[in-house]
Amino acid sequence: MSDVETLGHATRGLAWEEPLIFERSRPGRTGVGFDPLDVPEADAVALLGEDAVRDDLPLLPEVSEVDVVRHFTRISTWNYAVDLGLYPLGSCTMKYNPRINERVARLAGFAETHPMQPDSLSQGLLRLMHALGEQLAEISGMDRVSLQPAAGAQGELAGIMMIRAYHERRGERRSKLLIPDSAHGTNPASAALNDFECIAVPSGPDGVLHPEAVAERMSADVAGLMLTNPNTLGLFEEHVARICEIVHEQGGLVYGDGANLNALLGVARPGDMGIDVMHFNLHKTFSTPHGGGGPGAGPVGVKNILAPYLPVPAVRKRGDTYSLDYEFPHSIGRLHGNHGNVGMLVRAFAYIRALGPDGLKRCAEMAVLNANYLLARLRETWDVPYDRPVMHECVLSDARLEGSGVTTLDVAKRLIDYGYHPPTIYFPLVVHGALMIEPTESESLESLDRFVDALTAIEREARENPDLLRTAPHRTPRSRLDETRAARRPILRWQPEGDDA
Amino acid sequence: MRYIPHTDDEITRMLEAVNASSLSELFRTVPEKLQLGRPLDLPVAASEQLVLAELSGLAELNAHATNHDWFLGAGTYAHFSPSSVDAMASRAEFFTAYTPYQPEISQGTLQAIFEWQTMTTGLTGMDVSNASMYDGASATAEAALMALRLTRRNKVVVAGGLHPHYRDVLGTYLGGLGSEIVDGGRAQDGRSQLPSAIDDATACVVLQQPAFLGTLEDVAGFAEAAHAVGALLVVSVTEALSLALLRAPGDQGADIVCGEAQSFGLPMGFGGPHLGFLAARQKHVRQMPGRLAGQTVDVEGRRGFVLTLSTREQHIRRERATSNICTNQGLCLLMATVYLALHGRRGLRRLAEINLAKAEYVKARVRETPGLALPLSAPTFNEFVVSVPDSAEAALERARRARIVAGLDLRPYAEDLGPAVLVCATERASREAIDRLVAALAGGAS
Repeated sequence: MSDVETLGHATRGLAWEEPLIFERSRPGRTGVGFDPLDVPEADAVALLGEDAVRDDLPLLPEVSEVDVVRHFTRISTWNYAVDLGLYPLGSCTMKYNPRINERVARLAGFAETHPMQPDSLSQGLLRLMHALGEQLAEISGMDRVSLQPAAGAQGELAGIMMIRAYHERRGERRSKLLIPDSAHGTNPASAALNDFECIAVPSGPDGVLHPEAVAERMSADVAGLMLTNPNTLGLFEEHVARICEIVHEQGGLVYGDGANLNALLGVARPGDMGIDVMHFNLHKTFSTPHGGGGPGAGPVGVKNILAPYLPVPAVRKRGDTYSLDYEFPHSIGRLHGNHGNVGMLVRAFAYIRALGPDGLKRCAEMAVLNANYLLARLRETWDVPYDRPVMHECVLSDARLEGSGVTTLDVAKRLIDYGYHPPTIYFPLVVHGALMIEPTESESLESLDRFVDALTAIEREARENPDLLRTAPHRTPRSRLDETRAARRPILRWQPEGDDA
Repeated sequence: MRYIPHTDDEITRMLEAVNASSLSELFRTVPEKLQLGRPLDLPVAASEQLVLAELSGLAELNAHATNHDWFLGAGTYAHFSPSSVDAMASRAEFFTAYTPYQPEISQGTLQAIFEWQTMTTGLTGMDVSNASMYDGASATAEAALMALRLTRRNKVVVAGGLHPHYRDVLGTYLGGLGSEIVDGGRAQDGRSQLPSAIDDATACVVLQQPAFLGTLEDVAGFAEAAHAVGALLVVSVTEALSLALLRAPGDQGADIVCGEAQSFGLPMGFGGPHLGFLAARQKHVRQMPGRLAGQTVDVEGRRGFVLTLSTREQHIRRERATSNICTNQGLCLLMATVYLALHGRRGLRRLAEINLAKAEYVKARVRETPGLALPLSAPTFNEFVVSVPDSAEAALERARRARIVAGLDLRPYAEDLGPAVLVCATERASREAIDRLVAALAGGAS
C-alpha cells in the first residue's frame, strides 16, 4: 500500500457530479409559494410607466425547493472546511468555529433588528457592542475601539486614514509609509488608497525587523510604519519597542496589523509595545467563521491621540443608557453603510465570554505550542529558513526539493490527497517557495502527528516518485485546474446555449 | 476548555519535544517588559448554557421584526427568508471554509460564486459581476474609484437621491485621494435634479435607483447626460428586489451597477453582515475591484471554476492593486444565490409585484386619511414618504405603542419636507397591520 493509503485519512467516498443550477432549470418549477394577496393587485405598467418596467428576468433558474437544497448540498461536499480537519493556512487562523456562536447570532433580537431603529429600541445590541469594544481594548492595550470596519483590510484602511488625518490636523502632509518586506499585500494597497508612497523595509537575516533598518528610512516625510507582530514568518518582532520609539521620535505613528494577534492573547499587548493603531480580525483571533471568504469583521483600536479620528458613529454609554454618537468633528467619517458586521460582533462577544481571560491565554499558549511542535518535527525533513522559536506559525522553504523537479505548489496539491487543506504557499515573499503553516490551538497532538507524517511522506515521494506530486491531486472531484486559460479568455458567467451575447 | 483538545500529559510531552521547560518559556522571544504579567481584566469563562442565557437576555432588550410590525427600510429591508437559505448557509462545508485559494477542494464555493455572478448580471443587465463587496455603501465607493481609474478624471457628481450613509462612505473613501465630490439636489416630485455640475472633468455620476426617499429616477436621462461629457453612470441600488420589476439599469445606459443585496434572504442583523455587489461592462473587467470566479477545465478536460484575473488584486499587485479588498462576503453571497434560485425568474417577479401592491395599498390608505399626505408625486416601488400631522417623532411613538416600527424620521435627512416619515411596505406587511399603521401615524387627526 502507498503512503497515501496508510497515512491519509481521505478515502474515496460518494463523489457527486452536479451541474450549474441553471442547467437544472425546468420551465414551470418554483421553490417558493405565496399566500393570496390581502390587498388589491397593483398594475406596475400603469403605475410606473411602460418604459420603467422590465419584461423578463433572464439568468434566474426555475427549480423546486428540493432541487435547490440538493444542488447546494451536493456542491458543498466539494469544499474542504475546518469542520473536516486541520486547515493550516498561515496567517489565516483557521480555528474551530463554536456552534453556540452561530446559535446566538440567529436570535431574533439580534438577527431581526434594523440599523436605523431608535437607540431606545436597541439597548441590548448597543450594550453588547460597547462591552465588546472595551474587551478588545483590554485585550490589545489600546484605549478606544471602533467596531465598524467590515474586514481586516477595511480596518487597515481606517487606520491609515486616521494616521493621515492626525498629521493633516497638525499641518503636516507626510507622503511616505514604511512597510516591511514580509507584510501582507493589503498593507501597501491600503496605503495607496491614501495616496501614500510605500517604502519597503527589509527584515534582517534573523527574520525580524531591526531598529537600524527603520532609522535609516525614517524621516519627517514618513507618516508612519505598518508592522505585523508576530510577523508573517511567525516570529515575534523583538525590537518592536525600540522601533516604535524611532518612529515616534520623528513624529510618525505605528500601525499594527492584528492578523496574528492569536499568538499574544493574554500574554502581551500591542498597546504596551508602542503601537498607536491596529486592527483586529474577529474571523481569525475570535473564531467567527470565514464563510468561504467572508464576512469577516475588522474592528480598529487606537491610542487616545488618535481617538478623535475614529469612524462614526461610536457607541456611547451614559449611566445605564447607550446611544450612537456622531459628534466627532475630526472623524475620518463613515466606512460602512451601517455599524459594521454586527452578526460577527455577536459571535466574537460570545467567544470571549465563553473563554474568559484564562481561556484566551490558553488559546495563545496552545497555538504557539502546536506551531513549535510542528516545527520541531518537520525540521528533520524540511528546510527551515529561519530556525528560531516561533509563535503561532512556522515557515518552511523549498530548498530540499531542489533537483527533484517538484515545486511548492506540487507539495500543496499532494497534501490534498492526504486529506488536508494545504498551508499558505509562496508567502511571505522573503522565503523561496514558502510553506506557511498555522495549526491553531484547535488541533490535538495526534492531529499534528498525522500531518507531520503526511508531509514527511510527501518529501520522500518528491525524491522517489516526483510525478505523483506533479499530477496531484488525484482524489478530488476535479484534478488540477487550468488557471492560465481562465485568465486568458475569462468566462465569468453561464450563458444559455446558443447565446453568445 | 471545550474548544482546546490538549491534556496535561500531552502538553508535557510536547514541551519536551520543543525543548521548553514550561509554557511561559515558549514566549521567551517576547521581551519580559512587554509581557502583560497579569490576567486580562475580563469576565471569567462561562459555560455554553450561561453564554446562551446572557446573550438571550441582551437580545430581548431589542425591538425586532418578529415582535413588531415593521415598516422601516431606508437601505435595510424586512423581507421573508425561506428556511432553506439559512439551512444551506449552516452547512459547515460552506461556513467553515476559507477563500477558495485551492480550487480542487473549493469547487462548492467557486461554483456558488459563478452562479451568483451569472444571476447578478441578469438582474442588473450588465456583462460581468464580481464575487461581492462588504456592503452597498463600500461597493458604491469602489464603483466611484473604478470610474476615476477608467476615466483618469477627478470629479464625482452625486445625485441628490443617494442614501446619506452611502454619501458619507463615498466621502471617506475618496477623502485620501484629493478627488472632488459635488452633490446634486432634489426636484419637487422627489426625484433627483440633473446636476449642472456634470462636465468634462466628471469621472462619473452616482445615481441611486430607487432613490433614498423611494422615488424612481430617470436612469436613461442621467446616462445620456453623463455620456454626453464622457463620464460614466454608476447606478447604486439599495433595494435589490426592485431589480425584479424595474427595467435593468444596464438596459438604460448604466456603466457600473452596484449596491446592496441584503434583500435577497439576508437578515437585517442591525446592519450587517450584508452583501455589496458590483457589476460592469465586459470592456472594464480588468479595472474591477474584488474577487472574480471564472470557468476553466481541469487536466482531464472537465469543467471547473477558479478565482481569476487576480493580477488586479492586492496580494499580487500590492500598492498598484484595483482595491485593497482581500475577501468578499462569501457566505452572504451563498445565501443570496440560494434565495434567488428558490424564487427563480417568476417567483422573484411575483414577490416584487406583491411589494408594489402592499406599498400602493398603504399609499391609498394615506391619501384617504385626514392628517396624512404623500408629499412627493413621483412613482415609487415599496418605499415612500408620508407627511404626518404633528411631528414624526410623535407619530413614530404612537406607532411604537401599537408595536409597530413605522419608518424613519426624516427630519435629519429632508427637513424641507416638514414632519415626514419614510415608510417601507414589504411582503411581510399584512393588510391589518397596514391599517393599524395608518391609524397610528394619523393619531387624533384621522
